[in-house]
Amino acid sequence: MKTKLITKIALWIGLIFCALYAGLPILWLLSSSFKSNQSIFAIPPRLVDETFSLDAYIAVLSDEKNLRFFFNSYAIAGIVVLVTLVIALLSAYSFSRFNFPGKKFINTIIISVQAVPPITLLIPYLVMVVKMGIYDSYPALILTYVVFTLPYAILMMTGYMNTLPRELDEAVMIDGGSRFRALWQVLVPSCVPGLVSVGLYTFIQCWNEYLYALTLTKTNAMRTVPIGIASLMGQYAFEWNEIMAMSILGSLPVIIIALFFQKYFIAGMTAGAVKS
Amino acid sequence: MRQNRLSKKGNGTALVSRLIQPYAYQLPVIVLMTCLLFVPIILVISYSFYDNVIVNDNPVWVGFANYKELLTEKNFVKSIGNTAVFVVFNVVFHLLIGMAMALMVNAKSLGSGAKATFRIIYMLPWMFNATVIAILWKLLLNPSGVVNQILMSVGVIDLPVAWFSERSLALGVLTFINIWGGYPFYMISILAGLQGISADLYEAAAVDGATGVQQFFYISLPQLKPILISIAMLDFIWTTQNFSLIWLLTGGGPSRATEMMSTYVYKTAFSSYQYSKASTAAVIILLVCVVLAIFYVRNQNRED
Repeated sequence: MKTKLITKIALWIGLIFCALYAGLPILWLLSSSFKSNQSIFAIPPRLVDETFSLDAYIAVLSDEKNLRFFFNSYAIAGIVVLVTLVIALLSAYSFSRFNFPGKKFINTIIISVQAVPPITLLIPYLVMVVKMGIYDSYPALILTYVVFTLPYAILMMTGYMNTLPRELDEAVMIDGGSRFRALWQVLVPSCVPGLVSVGLYTFIQCWNEYLYALTLTKTNAMRTVPIGIASLMGQYAFEWNEIMAMSILGSLPVIIIALFFQKYFIAGMTAGAVKS
Repeated sequence: MRQNRLSKKGNGTALVSRLIQPYAYQLPVIVLMTCLLFVPIILVISYSFYDNVIVNDNPVWVGFANYKELLTEKNFVKSIGNTAVFVVFNVVFHLLIGMAMALMVNAKSLGSGAKATFRIIYMLPWMFNATVIAILWKLLLNPSGVVNQILMSVGVIDLPVAWFSERSLALGVLTFINIWGGYPFYMISILAGLQGISADLYEAAAVDGATGVQQFFYISLPQLKPILISIAMLDFIWTTQNFSLIWLLTGGGPSRATEMMSTYVYKTAFSSYQYSKASTAAVIILLVCVVLAIFYVRNQNRED
């Protein structure tokens, strides 16, 4: 009994210690976004002080440049999610419902291309994007993001579709419906949980991307939130409270996904490593 | 007769369309992958065999000269070493922290409410991207920031430390921050793995009088092994190519103390416009990742 109590106390000490390790930096991020810039480095450090206000958020959101970053990020991530989902659905359907020569080969290629580092393709992409005349535009980022999100989306969608019984779509075809109809009218509605998972994962990937956004765009009109946050860091005078407010706002979509779509968030996160 | 022939023809086209159909559904993927993955890979590999690509209209074929030059260049060799240290420490600590947290959250004595709460708290760093993590730690580790204040008030240090511009500290600090930002992936994956282990195994072990520690080493660990290998492999691949966090925190400095292969590529290409050399370094990163990926795929296939 006594050892049980000791284990329990040790467990709670461990749990709380780890919670501080994970949470304190985030708490400081949040707290700094509500302070005035003068009190950011005040001694002694306090989580909440008398300068508590929403001023930093108001300053960030009343700057048109920042709003443009948010608009760009949402638009690009939204379009990429749509394109990736459609292409992944078609490919997953083929993998899940057909047997054809070369199936294993294509599948292996799709698994392996996930290992291609974005930094490796940076120079040829820049050359191609400039040659195509789409440097510093949405299509440049959309194309690259689709390529990098597609393999994982296909593998996840195929896995999901494999769990759906074949009778589901075969019933449509026996009634004289085409394969295409079977896919869109029967399979797609049954795939919604899988689509949500893949869609959210793809969205987060695009939302967080930094390297290509940095290299393939140039003007503020085309830049995304991560670049916007980083550019605040480069300015001559650090408005720390505004940088932190912008960081919170820039993380909001992912936080919302993680908190309210936790099941999907975790599914997207672990599908690659955990096999059920 | 006529009807018969017609139907035969109909069957023929049906057969052809049946044969083509699976490929038709793959067409968008095949086209995209070819144009935007295989073509650029071939391009970057070809750049690495030429001299002065992109800036020169008629680059000269130089064979493996770029590779020879690069692999004997002090700065690049240093970046390989830094990357190796960075990756190994990241993977090891991710594994340890992720495992510890997953085991605690999975403890039987913990109520479901506490479980859910701690799981969310431990997932927090995963909700912020590299830019935000970089900026947050710049604030925390600022010479007049809260970490220095606390360390000084406790008496660990006398003067504020410039964590990112101290040559002996920068790589360690970067590694620490990247460990903090990446362990949730392990925690969540290991937790999912733990929950997938049959309770019967533990009950049988408990009946035989196995202690908690024994249960961990003889049941949990062997059962988790495939997952642990998978996530460690993925982490190896991801961390080897990590760019944004390093770029934003130190840019590879001070005096190349945190130079990674990825920052080396970026700088060589966009600061000194030596695209051939940068492409060569980029191909070397690709080779490392491909080798890691082959191990990963073989491990995945063994699981099936």
